[in-house]
This record gives sequence, C-alpha cells and structure tokens, in this order.
Amino acid sequence: MLKIPAEKINDLFDRIAMQQTLYIPVDREDKAAEFKKYESGMTLSKALKTVRSAKDFFFPQTENLAEFKLSGKNIEVKDIRQENEDFVVFGVRACDAKSFEILDKVFLSDPVDTFYQNRREHGTIVTMACTRPEETCFCTTFGINPTVPGGDASVYFDGESYFFVPFTDKGKAFMASISDMLEEGDVSKLSEVQAKAREIMTRLPLANLTTDSFGGEKLMEHFNSEKWAELSEACIGCGTCTFVCPTCQCYDIRDFDTGNGIKRFRCWDSCMYSDFTKMAHGNPRTSQLERFRQRFMHKLVYFPANNNGEFGCVGCGRCLSKCPISMNIVKVMKALEDK
Amino acid sequence: MQEEMIKRAKELLADGTVNRVLGWKKGEFAYDSTPAVFETAEELERDFVCDDFTQANLSKYLIKESRKEGKILAFLKPCDTYSFNQLLNEHRIIRENVYVIGIPGGPKLDVEKIKAKGISGIISVKNENFTLKIETLYGTETMPFYEAISEKCANCKSKKHVEYDELIGAEGDVLNSKRFDMVEQLENMTSQERYDFWQSELSKCIRCNACRNVCPACTCENCVFDNPKSGIDQKAAADSFEEKMFHIIRAFHVAGRCTDCGECTRVCPQNIPLHLLNRKFIKDINSLYGEYQAGADRTTKCPLTDYKEDDCEPSVVHERGVE
Amino acid sequence: MNNDTLIPLVGIITDVRQDTPDVKTFRVNALDGGKVFEHMPGQCAMLSIPGVGEAMFSITSSPTNKEYMEFSIKKCGCLTEWLHAMDVGQQITIRGPYGNYFPVETELKGKDLLFVAGGIGLAPLRSVINYVRDNRENYGDVQIVYGSRSKDDLVDYQEIIDEWMADDNIQVNLTIDNPQEGWDGHVGFVPNYVKELAPSINKTVLVCGPPIMIKFTLAGLKELGFTETQVYTTMELRMKCGVGKCGRCNIGNKYVCKDGPVFRYDELGALPDEY
Repeated sequence: MLKIPAEKINDLFDRIAMQQTLYIPVDREDKAAEFKKYESGMTLSKALKTVRSAKDFFFPQTENLAEFKLSGKNIEVKDIRQENEDFVVFGVRACDAKSFEILDKVFLSDPVDTFYQNRREHGTIVTMACTRPEETCFCTTFGINPTVPGGDASVYFDGESYFFVPFTDKGKAFMASISDMLEEGDVSKLSEVQAKAREIMTRLPLANLTTDSFGGEKLMEHFNSEKWAELSEACIGCGTCTFVCPTCQCYDIRDFDTGNGIKRFRCWDSCMYSDFTKMAHGNPRTSQLERFRQRFMHKLVYFPANNNGEFGCVGCGRCLSKCPISMNIVKVMKALEDK
Repeated sequence: MQEEMIKRAKELLADGTVNRVLGWKKGEFAYDSTPAVFETAEELERDFVCDDFTQANLSKYLIKESRKEGKILAFLKPCDTYSFNQLLNEHRIIRENVYVIGIPGGPKLDVEKIKAKGISGIISVKNENFTLKIETLYGTETMPFYEAISEKCANCKSKKHVEYDELIGAEGDVLNSKRFDMVEQLENMTSQERYDFWQSELSKCIRCNACRNVCPACTCENCVFDNPKSGIDQKAAADSFEEKMFHIIRAFHVAGRCTDCGECTRVCPQNIPLHLLNRKFIKDINSLYGEYQAGADRTTKCPLTDYKEDDCEPSVVHERGVE
Repeated sequence: MNNDTLIPLVGIITDVRQDTPDVKTFRVNALDGGKVFEHMPGQCAMLSIPGVGEAMFSITSSPTNKEYMEFSIKKCGCLTEWLHAMDVGQQITIRGPYGNYFPVETELKGKDLLFVAGGIGLAPLRSVINYVRDNRENYGDVQIVYGSRSKDDLVDYQEIIDEWMADDNIQVNLTIDNPQEGWDGHVGFVPNYVKELAPSINKTVLVCGPPIMIKFTLAGLKELGFTETQVYTTMELRMKCGVGKCGRCNIGNKYVCKDGPVFRYDELGALPDEY
C-alpha cells in the first residue's frame, strides 16, 4: 500500500494546495476542530470530529441563488452561478462521508439542485479511517464501518505513516497527482491499528443501538406515540442539533436588499424553529412537541419511507455532544424502540 | 446531596405541597443530564440526578411550568435563584405556583474542558480529592478537578441563594469573584485588537440561537430576530456586520437584566465566550450607576429602567469611546 | 450549467381584477406574450416580488387557456399585500409548475363530477372546472357547489354567472353563509347545502376550502354514502423550494409541494393529522 511518513504530511498538503484548494481539519484555540482552508504550516488536527460537519462544503450555511435588478415595474433576473473550482477535503470521517450519500438523495434527485451538484462534482473527498472512536459514536447502528471510510480516496494512519487507497476516478486522479511523494509501505502495523479500532467499536456504549424499531412502516405508530411530550419537554427550540448535523438539509430562501439590487440567498433552516412552518394564516406545528417530533420522525421514519429504508442519520454523535440540554436522537430512539 | 434531594422531593409530592418536580434526568453518559419534570416517586428514584455535571439553569422553564395546574418544586442553585428573582421582577413566573429548594451550587464540571485535554471515549468521571479519575475506552486518565470547572463556576459571583422556600445544605455568601478580569483585559486592548478578538470569536457563530433560547433574560414572545415585520429577522448573517449585530443587539437588550448566569457560554456549540459581552455591560453599569446586581432582590430598580437626577449623561458613550 | 428551478423567470401582469374585497385575480404573461410555462389543473407556481418574498399559489386558469395564466390571490400577509398593490405592467418572478394535479386524464375521465368549494378554495378548482368544460365530452355530469361568507366574497362571481350558470351542461349551486339584501339564492354553510342537495353517490368529489369546511363536507359526504376514495382535495402548507427539498411542507413523509398538493382522501387518511 502506498504511504507517506507522518513527518512529511505537510509537504504533501503543500503539494495538494499548489494544485487546488485544500481543506483540512485543524485545532482552534479552544481545542475544538474545524475544517480550514490549508495554508502552509497548518497542523492536521488529531480530533476525531470537527464541530461543524463536512456538509458545509456542498451545502454551505448561506449561498446566493440569484440577483435581481429592479427598475420601475421591470425585473431583471441575474443568474450568478459560476463553475466551482476543484477542491479537496482531507480527513473526512466515515460518518460525514456517508452523509454526502444522504444529501445526494435530496439534492441530486429530480429536479437537480445545481448549486449542490456543482460543488459535488468539483470536490474530492479524502476520508480518514477512525482509530479512536468516542463514547458518542454510533455510526455502526447505520451500517457504517469507520475503519473503512469510503469517499473518493481513503487515508489510514498507523501512528507513523499515512496510507492511501483510491476508490473513484476522482480519487485515482488525486492519487496520481501525489504519487511521486508516496512510497510502498508495510501494512502490518496498520492491520494491528485497524484490529484495535474494530475491537473498540464493539465496546462503545452505544454499540448495541439498532434501527430495528424504525422505518417507514412505523409511521403512524411513532407519530402518535405519547412519549413525544416528555422527550420534547426540555427542548429550548434552538437549531444546534440541526446545524451541527451532517444530514440536516432543510433550508430557507430569503431576499436581502443590498442597496444596489436584491440578493436572493438560501440559508440553513431548522425544523426546531418556531417559524419554520408558520404561514400568514396559521401554523400546523404550533408547539415545540410537534417541531421536535418532526426532526426525529424525518430521520427515523420519513426519510427511510422515501429512500428504500435508508435512515437520515449517520451516528456521528455531534448532537449528543452539542445539544444545550442533552436531548438527542439516541435518547429518542431508546425511548421509542420496541422493548 | 442527590439522595437528600430525592427524599425531600418525594415528601413534598406525598404531602401534596407540589405535584411536580423540576430537576435533571440521568443521561446516557456520565455528563449528559437533561432538565426534566418528575411526577412520581418512582420517576425520581429511577432518573433524578444531581451531580458535578448538572449545570443547566432551570429557572427559565418555570415561566411555562408555573402556568400549569398545581405547584412545582424547583431545585435551584445559587446562581439560578438570581435568574428566578429577575424573572419574578419581570412578572414572568407565577411565584405561588413554585416551591423553591435552594441547593448548593458548583463548582460544576464542563465535559468540553475534559475533552479539550485530549481525553476521549469518556465512560465515567469521579472526583477523588479534587483529582478527576476518568475511565475511558482507552484506559484511565486523571486531571485536576479545577481544570475541568465550567466557565460559569470558575468565576462564581455568589454562593448565596436570593430566593427560596427552603434550603438543602449550608447557605453561602456573595463572593469577590474575578469575573471582570477578562473584561478589563479586553478594555485595555487597542480598539483594533478588541475588534479582532470579537471578529474572530463571533465569526464562529452558526446562528443556532441556543444562547438566546436558553437565556433567562430572553423571554420575548416574538424575538425581533424572528419577526418578519422587524426588517432584521434573520436565520443567517448576510454579511460580517450582521454576524456581530445579533450578539451585540442581544447583549444590549439584556443589559441590566442579565444576572450573569453563564448559560449563553455554556450552550454555545462554538465555544464563543458570549458572557464577556454581558459582563462588559454589567461592569459599565456598576461604574456608571453604582453597584447593581440583577436579580439580587425584589425591590431595587434596575438603573437602566430608573431615573435619578445624577444619572450619567448620554455623552458618556462618546467620552468613554475616546482612546 | 443546466437551468435550476430555484432561479425564477420573469412574468408580467397583464390584467388585474378585483373579485372580492380581499381577493384579486391577476393575469400573468411571459414578457414576449403567451404563457410563461404550461401546467395541469391543480398545479401551483411560486410567485415573487424580489425583496418582499416568494410564495406558492395555485394556478386558477385552465391549461386549455392558451393565452395566459391566472392567479386568484387573497390578501392575508406581507407578500400578498404587495401583490395586491400591483398594477398592470408590473413584472413579477415566477417559477413552476409545481406539484401533482387532479387526475383529469385518468381517474376523473368519464366520471360524474361534484365540485365543492368554499371562499378562495374555488381558485384551484376553477382550473379543473374550466378544463372539464373545455373537454366536456370526456366527463359525465358536472355539479358545482360553491359558497362563501357573503355574495361579495364569491370569487369569480361574474364568470360563474356569465359562463358556468349559462352552461346547460353544468349544474351550479351557490350559497352564502348569512342572508343578504339582493341575494335570493340559497343561504347556509356549504357542508349542509351539500347534504341537502344529496348528490348521487356515484360522483367523484373535488373539494377545496377552509379546513373546517372540508372537514364537515367530508363528514356529510360519508353520511350520504360516499367513500374516501371518491374524494380529492388540495392542500396548502408553507413552502420555500417547491420541489421537496427545503423540508417544511411535509405531512408525514409526503411533501405537499411535490407529492401533492392534490391528495385523494384515503391517501391523506394514511398520513399524520398535521396540517
């Protein structure tokens, strides 16, 4: 397997960044990790996860859709779309890599969202196998193997070297562009690291969580469950879970008057917000119970109902660590599951 | 402590003093309790928890809970009683529908601070003589207790309960905290340095509204940032000005009412030290109008909603703004 | 790059008709004349005034109208207030068509049809009614029961009198909620009127109006012996994208903008009661 020694990883980043924009996870001052545009000298974070997921690269928090020039009674629509530049996201974990497949099902289904599609076509995903899963991890519940993270190409770290394996054409092109920096390496230590990670997976606190009680066929049963009142009781109706979630993709479309025309932009929205479904003449979800229920029903029931049983969660655990009141999909699943 | 609380709650449920109990419910892990309402002794015994990680301020829930049928028992830490009092002053809570038991405060722990040490896969956390013994998936780790203390507790302003019906544990005092030290550091920066500091912090904001929604001072029925008729309703900042506008306007709006409970900083998923904005206002109010602590009592008027002849003139803004 | 449905086209208002005190019907053309796009009866379009907002409206004109599209819009919010202030010549943005449509070419073909509408609920049905009138040979009996608060609140009243009531092939039954000077027609709520009329239970019913009217109409129809598979309605929830992606107009796993707005009642009954 081709590898690069750990001490040379920044040389590799410098090389990639010369060719296209590179994003890597780096530690902030507060020790939390986030994806940043690589600049020479940046250190690859050792953190398992970034606070914000990697969905931002394809579905950013805000993006402009169109511009309008108004003059008198006339409107001119300006298509401001531009072909994206090629970019590489390095160090994406298996959960986030899987989230792109879920987002694809929404944004690439007919009619295709060209804003998303454009970024998807130009982005190369280089994943990184997990070696130190955390207590909040439950990706295996959704059939994800974090030691084989997928993407266009994968990187495996054995503590000394980074090993590379390409999967797609984009991944192969990426490998070709750096092949002169790679050398053939011995994978015996890597196999040990992988085996250790797989062993840890079986000991995770949430290792036994299953999706057996969920899916499209449970629609009415779960919707009408009496447990929602208690589960949603403490929810403060913020959008934290939604915004750190790699699969949440609801959006709002808004207009902004720049003083020199109107900019129409789309931004993340949250079904947890009180105005999400509010209309001039009423609101079908008037209390937090209904909004809270919507988010979990979407991931555990509605999404699988519409997508051949696939769930709208990848078990990354971000909502588990970030919810202000520590209510999350795991607690919901445990409360609703058949006992 | 937890056992004593459960015992007392069961008594008050049994004798009909209250019909519900507001506390914290055990989570999946060592640190993820959720605010919860308990209705029976069985629920309390099974799920009630009060430990080093039960940080959440329960006061704001009483706005809703005190409007329900019957009386509710609420366990409030000293800092939470300031929020409770302030909400009473603002006529948001119906006092007679709440039975308050004051409980000792922290220092509570912030699991993020443990994780920031590179400790991951946390299974359990035990405090052994102020050393945390942390069992993880990767073996046992230790770290000093005081390095894991949450921001709000590290700069505790008071261990005294300002409103309660009864207390469990000993009453404490108002403390001489160092909570304005960081504000002073910011004040001593050049305006460019200060701007850069806030630019770097506030640009992390993802507008999840957790700070606003958790804030006991943010109780407007329809926030200006949610109201389409306000012209500034936003779900995301359209530019870097709007990024800061949300937090600055919010800090202005809670000025004089913010008790410095620290919930905003606790819940921020991006670890933005939002409390520093509020503390700047508190410090300014103290220096311009004399010492004032929101929520400290039920009678003192907030200087910002009161008038005295010797109040400072609006020009103070300009004068203080000069470098 | 391919077209993106979120980037709208521009249309021009070519006629404005005040139908009731709070409903105006707007005629929309493409800038170079003709229609901005084709549609089927029951489908919707996103109309917008940039800087004010964008919202979904049902297309009230029939696809058989080859010259223009029409939208009957009730003034009830920020955007609709702006729309009501528009004059002829004003340009707006428009995108669509969105959603499914009444199955005029399949299930409804050859059937006796009963249209039941209340207030502005006539807007989506008007498209079907005129489509049926223009393809009259494909359908059996046609009966329209339409009611509103008052005589003045009957949308498209002139068209109803001039064309529908004059059409021997259609039975039109109008009603208003309360007696009113100058009104010698039926007085009473729509659901009750439907029961009084006791239409043949062989008819297929298309119903649209305020939720409460729909609810009681459905109950009345059941009493008369109609089944849920005979009744179609059209729904309205808050929408942003129009194509089932922005995530807010769902009833259970169905998106009203994409899987609806037209639902048969048995389909709706299998979904959560959250609308």
